[in-house]
Amino acid sequence: MATAAAHHTARTQADEAAEEAARTAAYEAVFDAAVAADDRIEPRDWMPDAYRSTLVRQIAQHAHSEIIGMQPEANWITRAPSLRRKAILMAKVQDEAGHGLYLYSAAETLGTSREELLDKLHSGRQKYSSIFNYPTLTWADVGAIGWLVDGAAITNQVPLCRCSYGPYARAMVRVCKEESFHQRQGYELLLALSRGTAEQHAMAQDAVDRWWWPSLMMFGPPDDESSHSAQSMAWKIKRHSNDELRQRFVDICVPQAASLGLTLPDPDLVWNEERGQHDFGAIDWTEFREVLKGNGPCNEQRISQRRTAHEEGAWVREAAGVYAKKHTSGTGGAASAAGETGATRA
Amino acid sequence: MTTTVNNTAALALGDDALVLSHRLGEWAGHAPVLEEEVALANIALDLLGQARVLLSLAGDEDELAYLREERAFRNLQLVEQPNGDFAHTIARQLYFSTYQRLLYAQLAAGDGEFAPLAAKAVKEVAYHQDHAEQWTLRLGDGTDVSHERMDRACRALWRFTDEMFQPVEGVDVDGEAMRAAWLESVTDVLGRATLSVPDGPRSGAWTAGAGRQGVHTESFGRMLAEMQHLHRSHPGASW
Repeated sequence: MATAAAHHTARTQADEAAEEAARTAAYEAVFDAAVAADDRIEPRDWMPDAYRSTLVRQIAQHAHSEIIGMQPEANWITRAPSLRRKAILMAKVQDEAGHGLYLYSAAETLGTSREELLDKLHSGRQKYSSIFNYPTLTWADVGAIGWLVDGAAITNQVPLCRCSYGPYARAMVRVCKEESFHQRQGYELLLALSRGTAEQHAMAQDAVDRWWWPSLMMFGPPDDESSHSAQSMAWKIKRHSNDELRQRFVDICVPQAASLGLTLPDPDLVWNEERGQHDFGAIDWTEFREVLKGNGPCNEQRISQRRTAHEEGAWVREAAGVYAKKHTSGTGGAASAAGETGATRA
Repeated sequence: MTTTVNNTAALALGDDALVLSHRLGEWAGHAPVLEEEVALANIALDLLGQARVLLSLAGDEDELAYLREERAFRNLQLVEQPNGDFAHTIARQLYFSTYQRLLYAQLAAGDGEFAPLAAKAVKEVAYHQDHAEQWTLRLGDGTDVSHERMDRACRALWRFTDEMFQPVEGVDVDGEAMRAAWLESVTDVLGRATLSVPDGPRSGAWTAGAGRQGVHTESFGRMLAEMQHLHRSHPGASW
């Protein structure tokens, strides 16, 4: 009996391994065909492990950027120089928190959790956009962030509305609508400064001078150094290379800068008739790598504020969790007000 | 900056909304959970919207917000209190939003100059009151730590609550009825949150009851210094 059972088990295991391999190959073929046909991959669909982990990394980084990105702008909420501008800025920072929420939800469809992702952000195991490690030193920086940083983000994100992963693509449609609005508001803020007093104009120019190059770095390393690009393009997570998007952004910004009455801080920036595009100067990739490594002007400050907010809020989240447990027969309203708590998560 | 007597009411209500909105704006990027980043900013924006309408009734919103000094502000001392911890912020929200909901319901029912504003704002402040109530319940009836913090916050702010019911010229409401309704509502919420109603005084000449006359607490001057600095640094500029 025992011997027969052992034979049976061995044969079954070999069969199962072969069947598993055949099944995976079949799934892979379906996945590849769906990507090739520009169909959307949805949460319950089979997907390669590496596709899943690339998406988790990218969506999480995107969500983290929204959350950390609130800080440089929130820095000016209490000092906004008119009530109209204050309202616009508050609404924008609120939208960013909302974008973070959509994106964490999109990432959660891939089998992770917001808690896990926040933990990785707080411990430095996941990154956020390098741009938010630069300080907002004057009011004009709020405009420069709207115009340049949101402009670069939109250039990056519009193609993501056609990304192969459905939940991410749909989040991007919603995010991009609001981002375009913010970008126009940033432009309008700079225009008001540029046409204002001499001091205001100088403030606007100084902000553009400081934010231009960091904005170009938002597109990531040059194509020949971008480690994830080829695979992401094959999977249709990315649609264009870093350098293509950066070039597109420069070509958009040059006429906008001219109509703002501001200059871009690049002596090598010139129209290239032959290419039908602008040539522009070399990016300081050493600075970019330093910022990514954590040595930018505000890396320490940004992450420590985020950690502090999370740690100091622990007792609040804990209270909501305990309350939810005590009142399990409570209303949906009670559960939703509890927000992010372990107790309310299935 | 001079203001006419007719503007007393608009300034009192507008300054309440302006100052509390500013305090809530200080939370941006510091909230205990992302949903609260959204909620606190949302409430701050509603209040700022109300402030802009009210201040515009009294004059130029930016001149009034940015060029008056501390002694010319007419807000309640309650709304200028620093955020403190989340429980302090919630206690301040509970006390003020309960008052504001009763106030705007009365104003909306009347036919005075604030009726149209109040009719719109009463929906917003009902949401604010619900938010404060839901959190009061969670903190009061949550953990021992949250109960203790919420209790402390409710007590600390209690002495600023009576000022809400002092008559303001041009605000045509029944202050006594509001005082009773407010106490009933807050007593009910605190009871359900397993918290007791604070037993200290609700006003005192040296602590509360003076904001409407332009006598404020110490932290308010620093709040204004931050709020007004940029605007004041560029006289006559537009933004």
